[in-house]
Amino acid sequence: MSEFTEKLILPDIPNLHQLDVYERHGGYQALRKAMGMKPEEIIEEVKKSNLRGRGGACFPTGMKWSFMPKQSTKPKYLCANGDESEPGTFKDRQIFECNPHLFIEGAIIAAYAMGVTTVYTYIRGEYAKWIAILQKAVDDAYARNYIGKNILGTGFGTEFVIYRGAGAYICGEESALMNSLQGERGYPRVKPPFPAQVGLYGCPTTINNIETIANVPIILNRGAEWYWKIGAPKQPGTLLYGISGHVNKPGVYEFPTGILLTDLIYNYAGGVPGEKKIKAVIPGGSSTMWLRGEEIEGVKMDADSLKAVGTAIGTGGVIVMDEDTDVLKVLARIAHFYHHESCGQCTPCREGCGWMEKILNRFLAGDGTMSDIDLLMDVANNIEGNTICALGDAAAWPVQSVIRKFREEFEARAKKSPTAPKPVTPPHLVTTFDA
Amino acid sequence: MLSKENFEKLERLKSQYPTTKSLSLPVLWMIQEQHGWISPESMQYVADLLQLPVSHVYGVVTFYTMFNTKPVGKYHLQVCTNVSCLLRGGEELLDHICKRLHVKRGEITLDQRFTVTEVECLGSCGTAPMLQANDEYYENLSTEKVERLLDEWSKG
Repeated sequence: MSEFTEKLILPDIPNLHQLDVYERHGGYQALRKAMGMKPEEIIEEVKKSNLRGRGGACFPTGMKWSFMPKQSTKPKYLCANGDESEPGTFKDRQIFECNPHLFIEGAIIAAYAMGVTTVYTYIRGEYAKWIAILQKAVDDAYARNYIGKNILGTGFGTEFVIYRGAGAYICGEESALMNSLQGERGYPRVKPPFPAQVGLYGCPTTINNIETIANVPIILNRGAEWYWKIGAPKQPGTLLYGISGHVNKPGVYEFPTGILLTDLIYNYAGGVPGEKKIKAVIPGGSSTMWLRGEEIEGVKMDADSLKAVGTAIGTGGVIVMDEDTDVLKVLARIAHFYHHESCGQCTPCREGCGWMEKILNRFLAGDGTMSDIDLLMDVANNIEGNTICALGDAAAWPVQSVIRKFREEFEARAKKSPTAPKPVTPPHLVTTFDA
Repeated sequence: MLSKENFEKLERLKSQYPTTKSLSLPVLWMIQEQHGWISPESMQYVADLLQLPVSHVYGVVTFYTMFNTKPVGKYHLQVCTNVSCLLRGGEELLDHICKRLHVKRGEITLDQRFTVTEVECLGSCGTAPMLQANDEYYENLSTEKVERLLDEWSKG
């Protein structure tokens, strides 16, 4: 069990979403402190804390902020990413619901550090309830001059706008999010140029996950020295683990990074119903590579430890499957998801995701063949790395990992009959973008 | 086509974005909230209002799954069947609702009261299975609970 048990992002304080309660518990002190610092000192402090992005890519936050040009003739923007659409992920809504001012405070500090004129918070359209909660908190913060043209009388000003999405997983991808905010279809952009140079409306832009931003006031209040001693050294802090599927107590749990996956499942989430064995675990949202039940012993929940076992921390959304689970059915459902959510720009993803779904459905219908297993792997391999954004990779990784780890499930389902139709080989895919 | 209230809201929103194109989604949301769906005439209206090509508006409406391009029932039931819900009975829940209301997935009931749609992950994995009825989330569902909800909605 973990030694550090303090909850930093979601503390057990009733009504913390109310501004008065938040202020009574030290709220907006980090903002006051930040306003007394130079912007580059704040970026330095965040760099020193080793804070890494919580949206899935684990990019160092301080470094990302330092990419923003100091001088710019154009306005600079911060986009807070609350699209939260990765299956298995349901943590940001907890921040909106229980501690929205922590996020707002962090966003204003980030805006000051980077000289941002408007913070756009993009929230998925389905989260109507949480958009209303956040809007109330934003209105209250405006009224107390934590947001506005002259924040706390310092002369620094920034606006705060909430933008409602309308149902598209791809808008969680940072460049698609910017296009969506511009009122367009959510198509990811080719990089470079990177958002810090050419972002929203062609202006320098930084995009951070909601949970990442919520860590910022904590770092400023307690200091980077203190912060980086929590959890795994290379990815410190606490993490909002979302655990779902076959566990007794699914939900969001806040613990330091680097806790044991088995502790999370058995000690915090109450183990598997009926004391069944675990067949598979998805460690960080539907895009991450699967682990077999036998592999989870000793695995720690942080970016480097999970990378070492061939998967990723992703969004920290753990999905547990018990021994009776039909893994091919689950995988086919995931393939359906990516097929549905592919924006359609890149041929490998648009076509490949559909092919993967069709092949998997063949296995479910009992029409799959042995050669279909290799065909499926081939399609996945031809998507990976050949698309503008990471959705293609995200669609390929679970398929590749399940073929590698549960090949026997495919073989047991494959048609043995020699009269099985020969599958059509997909045409060779041409890479149009440098991987 | 926009209500007076929404017109006033639109005026306030204009100062928040450097381009009127950014108002595409907010205005389409207003239209949908007022009318329940976005008709071809509405798309033309939004295009004229924001001085954008109607092809742009059509492109946006058809890209985002939450924008309804045909009328939906008074209660739009959106049932998640993605992984976490699948593992906890989301599919069975959806089948149960379809059977009770005598519709297939994506269809509207004859009395126009319910539309049932299968949707992707709604971020309620820890409280699966779940459904969204219009803007409300209903979580930790069972067939008994959903029966009670349907009884209530059938009356009101």
